[in-house]
Amino acid sequence: MTENSQISQIPVTVLTGYLGSGKTTLLNRILSDDHGKRYAVIVNEFGEIGIDNDLIVESDEEIYEMNNGCVCCTVRGDLIRVVEGLMKRKNGFDAILVETTGLADPAPVAQTFFMDDDVRRKARLDAVVAVVDALNLEKRLSDSPEAEDQVAFADVILLNKTDLVSDEQRLAVYQTIRSINAQATIHETQRCAIELDRILDRGAFDLDRILTLDPHFLESDDGHHHACGPGCDHPDHHHDRSHAHGRHDASVVSVSLEAGDLDPQRFFAWISEVTQTDGPDILRLKGILSFSDDPDRYVLQGVHMIVEGDHQRAWAEDEPRRSRLVFIGRNLKGDALKAGFEACQAEGA
Amino acid sequence: MPSTVPYDLGAWVERACFLKGRPIFALGDGTVRLMGDVDVVVDVHKGAILSTALTDDHHLLTGGDDGGVRLIDDKGAVTIVADVSRRWIDHVAAGPRGAIAFAHGKVATVRLADGTLKTFPHERTVEGLAFAPKGLRLATAHYNGASLLWVSGAGEPQSLEWKGAHTGVIWSPAGRHVVTLMQENALHGWALDQNKHMRMTGYPSKVKATSWAVKGKWLATSGANAAVLWPFSGKTGPMGQQPLQLGARDVLVSMVVCHPTEEVVAVGYQDGTIIACRFADHNEVVLRPSGGAALSTMAWSPDGMQLAFGAEDGTAGVIDIR
Repeated sequence: MTENSQISQIPVTVLTGYLGSGKTTLLNRILSDDHGKRYAVIVNEFGEIGIDNDLIVESDEEIYEMNNGCVCCTVRGDLIRVVEGLMKRKNGFDAILVETTGLADPAPVAQTFFMDDDVRRKARLDAVVAVVDALNLEKRLSDSPEAEDQVAFADVILLNKTDLVSDEQRLAVYQTIRSINAQATIHETQRCAIELDRILDRGAFDLDRILTLDPHFLESDDGHHHACGPGCDHPDHHHDRSHAHGRHDASVVSVSLEAGDLDPQRFFAWISEVTQTDGPDILRLKGILSFSDDPDRYVLQGVHMIVEGDHQRAWAEDEPRRSRLVFIGRNLKGDALKAGFEACQAEGA
Repeated sequence: MPSTVPYDLGAWVERACFLKGRPIFALGDGTVRLMGDVDVVVDVHKGAILSTALTDDHHLLTGGDDGGVRLIDDKGAVTIVADVSRRWIDHVAAGPRGAIAFAHGKVATVRLADGTLKTFPHERTVEGLAFAPKGLRLATAHYNGASLLWVSGAGEPQSLEWKGAHTGVIWSPAGRHVVTLMQENALHGWALDQNKHMRMTGYPSKVKATSWAVKGKWLATSGANAAVLWPFSGKTGPMGQQPLQLGARDVLVSMVVCHPTEEVVAVGYQDGTIIACRFADHNEVVLRPSGGAALSTMAWSPDGMQLAFGAEDGTAGVIDIR
């Protein structure tokens, strides 16, 4: 992000969601609402979209594997072509929306915006938004690893069709989502009714905008949660951060780690080893770190083996200097990650 | 001293070229501009012009994101070649004997001079098209290699396999080599008469532009912070040889085009600079100072006296080197 920051990059939002989740409803809303922005939309099939305009582009998913021996280094060749083509249009649009099929793996989509130099020079990934269906999510999770990946990978999750389930069911689904993805902002919706600024222009991959790794904080503007009573059991109100909650045979989980000041040398050696060996299993990672003798917060984020980090800003005086790191992935060895992270602490921390 | 006629065309310049000596620019707003005593603007495509080629009979062939394929002459007259509903024409190519090829998605189509259309479905997206210099043979680039298709006969296509994503294809002027541009910052070549592979690697970035030097002795390429020229004159081509590097700067080269008669290459950079470099003594002449957007296209006039150029931000011009 450093050398490219001078050039204005078009923001890209990736929209995932299983068939029937309400994704198309959201897409149609983004295309028809009067929000003053023009979106170029990359879809898999024209068919589902009720709106016809010349900024809707059909694109067949085409995965490129790179010849570098890295199994998770895949990008979407079709997106490289379409983004390059769109950039040739004069003043055509303000942002790009990529719709993926319910069966698509979101990782190659995201990696395209980090691994292809030309795409990266002109576009930046803003956020991955997943639409999930409160009525059917549990079933989808049990029969499709893709549905689990989409929840795990998302920065923003629309828990849709909440009018079709009881309060009990809704909370159970919420808890399931949280156990997979401790980081995403969750919005409960009906017919995807949501102010679009809650899902667009989120800067989820922008190091400068990693504010906190406390999901409750991120959601504090979300009206629904103000209604929670004292007995509410939303898991993110509690501070149990390191385990999957109550889901049997869970394969994707979030592992949240916390430590004091870190020794930068130890940490970078460790994170590089972890992402090299466990990269295929790590879907996303995010961290806010405090290095000893460093006045600045260090932030990092990653997708599989791609990790980037930077000094962000000075720690505020009233801000507790803690190091936090969250992994979302498959088969994560929580105890080993915890031990490894804690071993990166500076002497005396 | 070089003198420049500048233009501000206001849209991505996809192609700068000369038709019968007249500078022509094809743009991302779908227009083609024909420069001269009176500049002419022709609306050719509804969206962006995505692909272009020059035909032997002095027409510009264009493919657009409106699904159109068009031919434009040096007066601005437009001929409709094809319209494909709701597809982008990602690639076009012009061949011998009036043949034209265009590709959208997984289909390559050839139109012969008599109007006959032939379609060649592929398993993966067609990512590049190039006609052999002689004979009606079309090369297509795609995932895991390239294919050589016989256009007129019914001969089986020849499959050139190499793992990875191939995003463009060219023939050497003598037709002995086929070279593909790869997603992974490399070129791959096949010496057809020796049935040998050629790996050309070491680029820090993807190779987007290639140009054959006079008599096909060198292949000039973008993608590094100098123009990289691979020697193709020896028996084994570039294998085991070091490439020539010209015009090394701190900026990536985005465009290269070799002079039509001299061993000189015009090198365009991401910061808008254009430098002409001579192979023999590495002598350099700055043709355009830095301070603009990346060069997206350049072309020499057939007599080698003028260089037309265009950049991603719509700035363009014609440099006279006399």
